[in-house]
Amino acid sequence: MSDLRELYQEVILDHNKRPRNFGPLPEANHHAEGVNPLCGDHLTVYVDVERGVITRVAFEGAGCAISRASASLMTDAVKGKRIEEAEQLFEQFRRMVVSGADDPVESSLGKLNVLCGVREFPARVKCASLAWHTLHAALAEKEETVTTEQ
Amino acid sequence: MSSPVRRASAEEPEAVERRAFDVAEVRRDFPILQQQVHGKPLTYLDNAATSQKPRSVIDAITRYYRTDNANIHRGIHTLAERATVAYEEARVAVQRFLNAREAREIVFVRGTTEAINLVAHAYARPLLRPGDEIVVSILEHHSNFVPWKMACEATGARLRVVPMTDDGTLRLDEYERLLFDRTRLVAIGHVSNALGTVNPVADIVRLAHARGIPVLIDGAQAVAHMAVDVRALGCDFYAFSGHKVFGPTGIGVLYGKADLMERMPPWQGGGDMISSVTLDEVRYNTLPAKFEAGTPDIAGAVGLAAAIEYLGGLDRAAAAAHETALTRYAEKRLGEFSDVTVFGRAREKAGIVSFVMSCAHPHDIGTVLDGEGVAIRTGHHCCQPLMHRLGVAATARASFAFYNTHEDVDRLVDGLARVREMFA
Ligand SMILES: Cc1ncc(COP(=O)(O)O)c(C=O)c1O
Repeated sequence: MSDLRELYQEVILDHNKRPRNFGPLPEANHHAEGVNPLCGDHLTVYVDVERGVITRVAFEGAGCAISRASASLMTDAVKGKRIEEAEQLFEQFRRMVVSGADDPVESSLGKLNVLCGVREFPARVKCASLAWHTLHAALAEKEETVTTEQ
Repeated sequence: MSSPVRRASAEEPEAVERRAFDVAEVRRDFPILQQQVHGKPLTYLDNAATSQKPRSVIDAITRYYRTDNANIHRGIHTLAERATVAYEEARVAVQRFLNAREAREIVFVRGTTEAINLVAHAYARPLLRPGDEIVVSILEHHSNFVPWKMACEATGARLRVVPMTDDGTLRLDEYERLLFDRTRLVAIGHVSNALGTVNPVADIVRLAHARGIPVLIDGAQAVAHMAVDVRALGCDFYAFSGHKVFGPTGIGVLYGKADLMERMPPWQGGGDMISSVTLDEVRYNTLPAKFEAGTPDIAGAVGLAAAIEYLGGLDRAAAAAHETALTRYAEKRLGEFSDVTVFGRAREKAGIVSFVMSCAHPHDIGTVLDGEGVAIRTGHHCCQPLMHRLGVAATARASFAFYNTHEDVDRLVDGLARVREMFA
């Protein structure tokens, strides 16, 4: 097995202990719940979107270090981004965590790269992706929410 | 195997182990245990998920495929005859293993899950009316919960859940209170896969039978740890999986009292379960063929019979005492960690230690331990109602078999020290 320190890098341990943007954002105009049926972990992602831009984002819930750190890093990464940019990041992130151990890691992922150790732990890929899937669901719900609210 | 059977006590686990049970000897029977994982000796503590297989089981399956393989009950050639005999001998082996009255009370299925679904479909559903009730417990595995929930939703019946005390003991008083004249079935686990609680199944059966209510026991976690006598328990149905009792995956058993099962309609149609078919009429076969539509897992049955034979060669009381000693020892060593909480402190427990650590999520514990060659299960253990009751989403679980050692527990504890180093 590759060194566990590759998986649990300092940045990940730090985001696990002190997750950023953690807590409810009740007035957010989108939110979605994500569960990992395999382990029972669950989290809620809240997003405020104004004119196509993610202005505020937060999450709450219970999960392992990987899923918490990933959610925390994600919220930092997508804040201020346009929805399309966030979705693009998701796609790059998804590709990274399922890529081979020796594949190059996309430079555009920035800080999210610390999660690349996950690709050597297939059982943990879902933990790392849960927050992103939930964000995607929250954003997808947009049309409906927006139309019902207008 | 070896000599005097003594109850293990917490004070002297080592002494009991050495005198009563030769672990080193039984470990040699399990080829899979002789390997390294991530450069460390494999420490397999996930026996409640599935047990490892002795060489004799692996060899029996290989031999079956190399020399006897054919379909059963269908041919007159030599191999078909051999395969049929092997399959039916396996049924008799299971009958003796459970001390059932007759071999036809043993139905081969895929596993515990299928056994319970069979009873839910063929026994419960035709019977259930709105206002009827089925009783399960908060300790149930999803496979002894969801089939009943589905049967209730389909029929308008109601599912009632026996609560437990904080230490994981079933509330027998509450159980008795739930029973009434519309209770159609009690379905309760023998041993909890998440907490290890051994339920007082004989009492559970007695209280139900006093009101004329039949009882199904989910024995998935019991058979590996104790001798089971269905006639002594008095239960109407008993279900278990071959793979949790040192046999192969794909084969399991439903024991059912003949008079009950004779009155039940078949639940799957197909070959072997009929006595005659015309365009106008299908006549069903007798027990147990009525419930075994299609080609069964013949090699699985052969492997299960080999597992039963293997267990027959063990001093099972000594093996159980050894497992109890391991469980106590693990609980004692986990007690050294101020940030570890152990769930499940029932007086009667079998081979399972479920815990959480305040500094790390069970998944992270599992990953770190795997790096140390230690295999445990982490998650909700298919017991989400129980997890809600405990107020956690998941736990880490070490589960023992007779081939585990005190060194295995020590390696678990060393691994947890690493977890703390990393996450605290
Ligand atoms: C108590 C209990 N019941 C039922 C099952 C289901 O067994 P299987 O998956 O072999 O059908 C299990 C095992 O996962 C179990 O532990």
